[in-house]
Amino acid sequence: MEKRVRFRSSWLPWVLIAPQMAIVLVFFFWPAAQALRQSVLSQDAFGGVTEFVGLENFERLFADASYLESFKTTAFFSFLVAVCGLSISLLLATMANRVLRGAGVYKTLLIWPYAVAPVVAGVLWLFMFASPMGVVAYWLRMLGLDWNHLLNSNHAMALIVVAAVWKQISYNFLFFLAGLQSIPKSLIEAAAIDGASPWRRFWTIVFPLLSPTTFFLLVINVVYAFFDTFGIIDATTKGGPGKDTSILVYKVYYDGFKAMDMAGSAAQSVILMLIVITLTVIQFRFVEKKVQY
Amino acid sequence: MNRKFAVLALAALFALPAQAQTEIQWWHSMPGALGEWVNDLAKGFNASQSEYKIVTTFKGSYDESMTAAVAAYRAGNAPHILQVFEVGTATMMASKGAIVPVGKVMADAGVKFDAAAYVPAVAGYYTAPNGQMLSFPFNSSTTVFHYNKDAFKAAGMDPEKPPKTWTEVTQAAAKLKASGHACPFTTSWVSWTQLESFSAWHNVEFATKGNGMRGIDTRLTFNTPLHVRHIENLSNMAKQGLFVYKGRGNAADATFVSGECAMTTGSSALYGSVKRNAKFASGISTLPYYPDVEGAPQNTVIGGASLWVMSGKKPAEYKGIGQFFAFLSRPEEAAKSHQRTGYLPVTIASYELTEKAGFYKENPGTDVSVTQMIRKTTDKSRGIRLGNFVQIRNIIDEELEQVWAGKKSAKEGLDTAVSRGNEQLERFQKANKS
Repeated sequence: MEKRVRFRSSWLPWVLIAPQMAIVLVFFFWPAAQALRQSVLSQDAFGGVTEFVGLENFERLFADASYLESFKTTAFFSFLVAVCGLSISLLLATMANRVLRGAGVYKTLLIWPYAVAPVVAGVLWLFMFASPMGVVAYWLRMLGLDWNHLLNSNHAMALIVVAAVWKQISYNFLFFLAGLQSIPKSLIEAAAIDGASPWRRFWTIVFPLLSPTTFFLLVINVVYAFFDTFGIIDATTKGGPGKDTSILVYKVYYDGFKAMDMAGSAAQSVILMLIVITLTVIQFRFVEKKVQY
Repeated sequence: MNRKFAVLALAALFALPAQAQTEIQWWHSMPGALGEWVNDLAKGFNASQSEYKIVTTFKGSYDESMTAAVAAYRAGNAPHILQVFEVGTATMMASKGAIVPVGKVMADAGVKFDAAAYVPAVAGYYTAPNGQMLSFPFNSSTTVFHYNKDAFKAAGMDPEKPPKTWTEVTQAAAKLKASGHACPFTTSWVSWTQLESFSAWHNVEFATKGNGMRGIDTRLTFNTPLHVRHIENLSNMAKQGLFVYKGRGNAADATFVSGECAMTTGSSALYGSVKRNAKFASGISTLPYYPDVEGAPQNTVIGGASLWVMSGKKPAEYKGIGQFFAFLSRPEEAAKSHQRTGYLPVTIASYELTEKAGFYKENPGTDVSVTQMIRKTTDKSRGIRLGNFVQIRNIIDEELEQVWAGKKSAKEGLDTAVSRGNEQLERFQKANKS
């Protein structure tokens, strides 16, 4: 049964959503319109010379092999971040759900990292891994692994995935925990009585009932991996070695703010916006069908 | 009631400042001790006269302040003076109407301005082909060779005889590695030290048209056999563990100061940090070269930043700016700045003043950067002026990282860097055709 609030006056609902709409207009629609406008222009840094060039900026992007490469890198990175983030936090949430004593302490500690800014998270992990002072780098070398995130692409990718996932685990954990606690205990007990093992109970009862939460978190994690991680990349690898950790959003930031290429950066942000819109639409259309509310 | 009003009005009048000082906004990117230097310069100028007041604002790193200035300019709020790094020179030059050449500002302010008084290798970088100075050379450093004297002694080498050629560097690195040093040689600002300054030091072009000084249709040329030979040498050193790559930009500086790496090619401005923080005896020497190349060593290329004057301000303010630049150019002021920071002396007079005062004798190594620059420049060594230079340096970083990791040969890396860099130059040329 759908719950709907019914307003008796015709203007009150509009007034109530007006502040939120104003914020969305100013902070999303207006910059997005500016980006669309700048993506079809060719300008010098100070905006003195402006020339309409149509889709030329976009053509230039797709002719650049490294830009296409960056699509692959971004896809790989987001996949890793989403999968690792969701699995680890689901595991932690399941464990934390069973703890009775000191549950508050565990939950607080696990939620804390969410308050850390992405750049700080990146620098934190950089200190731990950056040879030679890095503690983790030292341990890895003792185990025989020659850690070098400056020249080894796999190491660099591992570093940014770890930093990105670490931050997101708390957020996912919170939602998973809430989701787990809303599952009626009676269902699980009934399954236990019927002889289902914990593993079986989890996959046939808990996981399907968690699907709205999982779906929501999947969307959030993918958007996070696409947009909010550039701070981590800037603090740690700066897109290196070569271009192996240069994800799409980092290139947008770099081209716009370091290289002063406003037009190219705007074109890239437009493409990025279209990608995320498409992904979200796909997720809502197809994946949502599998969600059991 | 009327009396009260009159008294209030009188009080309000007296509350107004007695003199309306013309305020001049200066945005800079000098952190820490260098920021104190900037503030002291402003204080000195403000105290020396009462008409103008320089107000300094630290706006973050070089690219952060440039971004802030671009946004401010578009909103009509640009500062009067902006400190822009050397790689932004072409962008600033090409910005139609956004800047006013310093030569013009000084001339309009009635300040006696003699372009020949400035050190040619420094001022030439910021001068237009027609001889007009576009920006004021403020803090220029150059590429030098820093080395750890204590590590040299421990490896059985004479600490007063640093390697001068690249062969000697390799030999020294081998001895250091044999004595147990994990990082014999590293470098910061890879593009600046190993390609740009390297080219000028050997009197070869980094890009056509005098490295872009003579025309916007310049193209890159740092994949000649000499450049390939040098990068191949470094790549071989990397394979043997003699050269350890420590990251982009100046990330490697910290590894030298901490003692982790024994030798590094980097900015002469690292001197201040080394003097303050290093726990070992260190030395500065000239950038290594290949003695079999004709014309080497010529002179090195500057780094650092210059001061640009933004357009759209009042004539009285431009007069003040002109006076400020004249103040900065005074031999005693320029000499003081040079000795305090380790940046190059801006005028020849300030260099001579410093020498006469015996500064170089008391602080050995501080004159290396100067002697590398106080010489007659050639067409190929005067400086570099390329559009989209920030992106080009980034491309070089990326390609060379592949070379150091052994994924590409030196020739492949340089060839790819040249072709990718040329795309950037073509784009700049197109966007700024006039």
